[in-house]
Amino acid sequence: MQFTSFLQDGRLTVALTGEIDHHRAKSYIQAIAAKIEAYAPAVCVLDFQEVSFVDSSGIAVVINALRQMTRMGGKLLVTGLREQPMKVFRASGIEKIVDIKEAVR
Amino acid sequence: MKFDNYMILEFPSRSANEAFARSAVACFAAQLDPTMEELGDIRTAVSEAVTNCIVHAYPQELGTVMLRCRILKDNVLDIVVKDKGVGIPDVDQARKPMFTTGGAERSGMGFTIMESFMTSISVTSEPGKGTTVHMRRKLQRRQ
Repeated sequence: MQFTSFLQDGRLTVALTGEIDHHRAKSYIQAIAAKIEAYAPAVCVLDFQEVSFVDSSGIAVVINALRQMTRMGGKLLVTGLREQPMKVFRASGIEKIVDIKEAVR
Repeated sequence: MKFDNYMILEFPSRSANEAFARSAVACFAAQLDPTMEELGDIRTAVSEAVTNCIVHAYPQELGTVMLRCRILKDNVLDIVVKDKGVGIPDVDQARKPMFTTGGAERSGMGFTIMESFMTSISVTSEPGKGTTVHMRRKLQRRQ
């Protein structure tokens, strides 16, 4: 799993890559949870710029991070969504509970 | 049922095969000259159906997932994903958004996504015998 993250001014950015399906989601869920736990950021940004595909497993990745950030009194942002991931997230209604931004072209 | 072309795949319910299955269907569908969006929709729906077999149909052991794609007349892609797993006791309940028996790692949105990305979907299941998901997607003809 390729995975980079950085912390700046209490803001944790996690950059996801490739295709996020059930096969890969579990390790992402665990890795993101460990980062949030370790840094306790005020804001966590999940950057989907390099994610070319998600299915409903990608929704579970976002929901798990959202639950954790909400529990800690923080905020979750999802950025850089390409067309296919954006469509999946819209179909799920998740944009009503998380701040989601499309990729800048 | 008349069809122009078909393909049949069979593979064990290993999660590594999720990517293989959706890519194989996308390659097969390419002969219909789909748009990128149509291809993305088909890949997503196949991923959901195959993941259901892997997570739910065979929760304890590996089983066989069967996948059949056909090209029907008028640019219709017909996809069947079938397992001989545990079956779904209540299909209507399983299709409801946010319903899952898969725990925190699942979102319960699989069927909702299949429904919204495909033209039609039917699900038949018998506990102890298995589940069949039958989906169709009509592709737009490009000028």
